[in-house]
Amino acid sequence: MEHINFSLVDWSRAQFALTAMYHWLFVPLTLGLSFIIAFMETLYYRTGNPEWKRITKFWMTLFGINFAIGVATGIILEFEFGTNWSNYSWFVGDIFGAPLAIEGIMAFFLESTFIAVMFFGWNKVSKKFHLTSTWLVAIGSNLSALWILVANAWMQYPAGMRFNPDTARNEMVNFWDVLFSPVAINKFFHTVLSAYVLASVFVIGVSAWFLIKNREQIFAKKSIKVAAIFGLAASFLTIISGDGSARKMAKYQPMKFAAMENLYVGQQNAPLVAIGILKEDSKETLHKKQNFRFEIEIPNMLSYMAFLDPNAYVPGIKDLVHGNPEHNILSYQEKSEKGKIAIQSLANYRNAKNAKNDSLVKVSLTNFEANYPYFGYGYYAGRDMHELIPDIPATFYSFRIMVGLGFYFIVLFIVILRLTVKNRIEKKRFVLYAALWTIPLAYLASELGWVVAEVGRQPWVIQDILPTIAAVSQIKTASVQITFWLFFVLFTGLLIAEIKIMVSQIKKGPATESPENKL
Amino acid sequence: MFETFSHILLQQYWWMIVSLLGAILVFLMFVQGGQTLIYTIGKTEDERTILVNLLGRKWEFTFTTLVTFGGAFFASFPLFYSTSFGGAYWVWMLILIAFVVQAVSYEYRKKPDNFLGKRTYETLLFINGLLGTILIGTAVATFFTGSEFSVDKMNLTRITGDKMPVISEWKGFANGLEAAFNLQNLSLGLAVFFLARVLALLYFMNRIRNAEMMERIKKQLLFNAIPFVVFFLTFAIWLMLSSGFAVNPTTGLVSMEPFKYLHNLIAMPVVAVLFVLGVAMVLVGIIRPITCFEKCGTKGIWLSGIGTILTVFSLLLLAGFNNTAYYPSTFDLQSSLTIQNSSSSHYTLTIMSYVSLLVPFVIAYIWYAWRSIDNKKIDIEEIQAESHGY
Repeated sequence: MEHINFSLVDWSRAQFALTAMYHWLFVPLTLGLSFIIAFMETLYYRTGNPEWKRITKFWMTLFGINFAIGVATGIILEFEFGTNWSNYSWFVGDIFGAPLAIEGIMAFFLESTFIAVMFFGWNKVSKKFHLTSTWLVAIGSNLSALWILVANAWMQYPAGMRFNPDTARNEMVNFWDVLFSPVAINKFFHTVLSAYVLASVFVIGVSAWFLIKNREQIFAKKSIKVAAIFGLAASFLTIISGDGSARKMAKYQPMKFAAMENLYVGQQNAPLVAIGILKEDSKETLHKKQNFRFEIEIPNMLSYMAFLDPNAYVPGIKDLVHGNPEHNILSYQEKSEKGKIAIQSLANYRNAKNAKNDSLVKVSLTNFEANYPYFGYGYYAGRDMHELIPDIPATFYSFRIMVGLGFYFIVLFIVILRLTVKNRIEKKRFVLYAALWTIPLAYLASELGWVVAEVGRQPWVIQDILPTIAAVSQIKTASVQITFWLFFVLFTGLLIAEIKIMVSQIKKGPATESPENKL
Repeated sequence: MFETFSHILLQQYWWMIVSLLGAILVFLMFVQGGQTLIYTIGKTEDERTILVNLLGRKWEFTFTTLVTFGGAFFASFPLFYSTSFGGAYWVWMLILIAFVVQAVSYEYRKKPDNFLGKRTYETLLFINGLLGTILIGTAVATFFTGSEFSVDKMNLTRITGDKMPVISEWKGFANGLEAAFNLQNLSLGLAVFFLARVLALLYFMNRIRNAEMMERIKKQLLFNAIPFVVFFLTFAIWLMLSSGFAVNPTTGLVSMEPFKYLHNLIAMPVVAVLFVLGVAMVLVGIIRPITCFEKCGTKGIWLSGIGTILTVFSLLLLAGFNNTAYYPSTFDLQSSLTIQNSSSSHYTLTIMSYVSLLVPFVIAYIWYAWRSIDNKKIDIEEIQAESHGY
């Protein structure tokens, strides 16, 4: 009777998560470093100081090492939408495909064309053309982020589309609604800005290592100055865009929001748990008020954060699953029944159309359209509704660690900027070591941000409309397992290679202008 | 402008764009072909460095074209993306893996502490050149020979019973790899492989200033041109003689039609001219450098390259135009994909058509950037004078 192959769904999810997380190990550095390099080269162009050229070239080398592997993991993601999520590709391909194609035409060619000029053009093109190329690489990389994040945001908040029962898919009706959806805008800024923070932490950490080793003092201090200013500005903007993202989440993905806050029972004047340790989660505890071993609360803060009103009501997991008539919240059971009606009406519509029964066509269509907002819940008809709750500890802890680290980065940037301006940074060994060891923390924070976004929205591939169980391709589970492990070995091998090469290039330090320093 | 076009016109326009991208991709796969020749042409370390750097400055274009080809196909014909990628899983996965290993190999090959060693990265480049070309050729051949799958959008409404709610179901026994057991598919795969090597040799000829290497390149050109011509003619003749998947324009029903692709060629004289012209250009581009031994110029890559684009472009038009199913199912003829039943909506194609207006601009800046850094022939001194190298 069980018609869903859960092991296939889980392995397909695992493979996508693996690829996405590896991809994200490389992308943020590319996004941020491309701008940092562009700033540095601009300083070279303006001042004519060859030291800035050395600095630019050093970071450019690291950029190149990192870029290649980001590209390699990216292409797999693009194709996995088809290979592992074939239903998804048809169901929303009419909307989702466009940003991917635009990304290729608008961004990738810009990036790959001018990267060649950036690396090989130093002796061949004018200084101005070279600088322009470096900026175009930065713009191209960030444009590609725009399009893929628009696509991701659309999955979290589908807008600008309509379901066409004749083609059995969603079709785009307004491109601008897709591009300028409030979720897309927040997501884009939050993601790229956080990438700038990561790249700044990277540049500062590596430069700190040179200072620890008493090498390349001028190079290191100049690099730190550029990165600390860039990182600090990006950090503040990351907070603003993150705040915006959370508010959109509260509005459009209340379950993700409740999971992120471990809020079981909704309330007015909801407090924000700044720090908390979760108690073991079990179904019985769903009816309890809270579920913490230990917590530090900020009163009213959650209500304020979600709706800019300290008195606002924030629904909890229990309200969302079991419904809350007082606040007009349908239970998942009711949604699932409506979803089932939508799915069955679609079948009836198609059969009636084939049989040329116009009255039944009309009735089915009306039923379908009335219930379509719950379409995805229909796939859970007859199942335990608790399956629709995302992994709470993963979302809860990821969010807190990410935010905590974000504030720590700000403190670090301020301290470092102050010390650099006063020209005392090389004497503060402790700060230098802290900066060095902050590099892995920046990667952690960045990855955890995606854990919140993607684990928190489970089981939805398209919010409320398409769950993973109805999006997956029908392949043998064993095939997906094999490709999962193939990718795992491949990516891990490449990651080790990347880190080793990076470390050895860093140890080598910035080159002097002579042919011996070839790569 | 585009919003006034009919849906079928937009579908044809997008089939042409996808075909053009596919055609440019096949041309740019000279990078892959070259990767299989590094040790054949390069006998010393310096010579191999020249070859790797020559190819390394172009690999991103092939790669980006592949990515854009995928994205454009997704945006314009999503049912193909869903059916072929989700079904012929292993073919696409192997192609992907072949390309993943390429991306890093150039950058990492000669760097110190590169973990896997120089030879490993060179082997990965070879694998990319071998598998990437043969498998892409094989996959494209299934546009004419068909695959076993069924498509039923109503499967989406399966919420009970014992089957998953999956629209496209693959019936082939090896999730796509079965295509490689078909000789006709394989002949196109091998033709693409040898073509990529031929184009690489012509590219080397155009860019290298080294008499000894030139001798080897000329010799290899002949060795690779012969199997290319044999495999390509095998495929082309087979195609002209075989039955094809015809679509009835009024009912949409698919049926087998003898000599369908020959009929398409006759019914679309422009495509026929492009095809013949393309093949002729490829051949002339190859033959000239083989037959003349002194001053015969080094422009063969342009002639054969543009010829390749025209040939592949016209082949893909044969597959999709003139009421033909471009991704046929031999399991269930009526599940076959046509440019009408697999495309995006009128609205999305309109939006995408506006985006396509950027393409000439993209080609212009690529051209400009290439010329600015490729303005002289390459030798080992030039490579060593650069601060970045592979």
